[in-house]
Amino acid sequence: MTAPVLEAIDVAKHFAVANSLGDSSVVRAVEGASIRLEPGRITAVVGESGSGKTTLARILARFYEPTSGVIRLDGVPVAGDGIRKRAVQKAYRKDVQLIFQDPFGSLNPLHRVRHNLERAVRLHHHGRSKAALEERVTSLLERVSLTPASDYVDKFPHELSGGQRQRVVIARALAVEPRVLLGDEPISMLDVSIRLEMLNLLDTLRREDGLALLYITHDIASARYLCDDIVVMYAGQMVEAGPKDAVISSPQHPYTKLLVESSPDPHRDVAADRDEIFGAADELGEPPSLIDPPSGCRFHPRCPFAMEKCTTTPPPRAQLGDGRWADCWLHEEGRADELSGSTMTELITRKLTEERR
Amino acid sequence: MKYDLFGNGKVTFGVVVLGFFVLLAILGPWFTSTVLGLDARANDISAISSPPSAAHPLGTTQFGQDVLAQVVEGARGSMFVGFLGAIVGTVISILVGVPAGYFGGTTGNALNFLTNLFLVMPVLPLIFVLAGYLQGTGLVMIAFIIGVFGWAGGARTLRAQAMSVSNRDFVQAMRMLGESNRRLIFTEVMPHLYGWIASMFLGGLIGAVMAEAGLAFLGVSDSSAISWGTMIQAAQQQSAVLRGLWWWFVPPGLCIALVGTAAALINFGVDELANPKLRSGSRRVAKRTAAIRRTALAPEGV
Repeated sequence: MTAPVLEAIDVAKHFAVANSLGDSSVVRAVEGASIRLEPGRITAVVGESGSGKTTLARILARFYEPTSGVIRLDGVPVAGDGIRKRAVQKAYRKDVQLIFQDPFGSLNPLHRVRHNLERAVRLHHHGRSKAALEERVTSLLERVSLTPASDYVDKFPHELSGGQRQRVVIARALAVEPRVLLGDEPISMLDVSIRLEMLNLLDTLRREDGLALLYITHDIASARYLCDDIVVMYAGQMVEAGPKDAVISSPQHPYTKLLVESSPDPHRDVAADRDEIFGAADELGEPPSLIDPPSGCRFHPRCPFAMEKCTTTPPPRAQLGDGRWADCWLHEEGRADELSGSTMTELITRKLTEERR
Repeated sequence: MKYDLFGNGKVTFGVVVLGFFVLLAILGPWFTSTVLGLDARANDISAISSPPSAAHPLGTTQFGQDVLAQVVEGARGSMFVGFLGAIVGTVISILVGVPAGYFGGTTGNALNFLTNLFLVMPVLPLIFVLAGYLQGTGLVMIAFIIGVFGWAGGARTLRAQAMSVSNRDFVQAMRMLGESNRRLIFTEVMPHLYGWIASMFLGGLIGAVMAEAGLAFLGVSDSSAISWGTMIQAAQQQSAVLRGLWWWFVPPGLCIALVGTAAALINFGVDELANPKLRSGSRRVAKRTAAIRRTALAPEGV
């Protein structure tokens, strides 16, 4: 295992929210999250909306200071417990860059492409001559396949398509020559037809420049296409992680199983037994409130395998070899093989009918 | 994206009128004294309160002073107060409003508190107290007083706008690159506020010209300085309205109204620039559309 460039250890982020009466409550957006980003590897974080994916990315980008836990860059703690200095050093910005979800919002409509790239180059590489700057801007645009660069460099964002804008955004992030790229759902706002190009571009950057990539998504298919490792988040916590194929083909946590089965699969014969698959889909439940999360395992109210223990005690982390782990009591109880049985929908339907009886 | 500010009749009219008064303020006094040979302060004893005549195109005052020369001289005073007051007010509202919106938190709250304080202050009584305290208030002082007491509303607007722009992704993205706060404010946030600032400046200009006239009318002014406000005040003191000396107070009053209208008309154009929904199709576009329709409908071979 190579040494990680960027590492988060047991980070948590709580937000205080006050209602109109002045009572404040705490939203536990992320808790106990640990992640390692290694050079040349792509790690995906998947989970449904509100599971804390974006908060995690923003903690790593240091838009938010973690409430607890440590962030390490090259093994040196840069944020978290015991670090007093809150200002983000320029050096950190040079190493870690974030790509935003919305390419329509992340470029200033009043500035040309040139401004965005030149500022990024100037900020981190002082004293370049005008010619060298121009050359660098051109090569950056070529890096993200916006060729010929002269066609794009003087355009305003509104003159570009969504895919071209996202390329400019990526070029801007690359301009500082970072070692870590954090992608916060970088393709979710793009047309389906250009998503693949974007994924291939990210893959090229990883292979040729050895970038460490964090790829946040709710789309399992794209994670499977692009990534090496997958981390699954549910209600602010990480529930399972491991190599992508293993996680997707044999989920070791009921939530991962639910997530994998919920994504459309063209090979599944939907027409034949639609009701059987989606019959209880409406009753699968909602993710819990992060202000007052469920006790024990946070997934237990929705889990068909839930036991007495699950409602009271958070499950321990079960190490499953090959860098895989899952936070689930099933592994402690020796019931892990039940996960490979029938589909979640069947299990949930069965559970619901039993309860009704 | 490009929008022709001058393709709009309202704006053209406003710019022409305002430009005329600016030129009048700059060159007028020289023109009246050398070309027309009129002196705003000289007393012509042979023509007291005389209606417009060949010697005095706009008549004379109770004191035998030429009204035309006074209006021209007054343009300099009023426009000076108008521009200086607007500049002072706009600069303060930018300095307070934009950081208040951009930084938020403690800084924002402190600046916002200051703004609210100035917003609820009883301005008029305060100006009287201040003017009495300062004594001998020249036009510069009047302009500063108007500016210092008139920025709060604009600061509130800028704060709200700066707050909304600062939270947009592109500002966060540039911060992610490592841009300093100063650069973020000036190159990323401020350009989005130029429309607001321009319209605030024009509003401030009208406000300052009016406020100067109002204050002069109420007696807060420099008695030796000539502005439209002091002219109207002098006319009022000498009961010009009762005595029918209309040529004394109508020209300065009309000038104030014209400057106000001109600034407001330019403001319409600036608003349309900032908010395209307000734009009405220009006559030229309508004409062209009609022409195209005619050609399309015309039977072939005609």
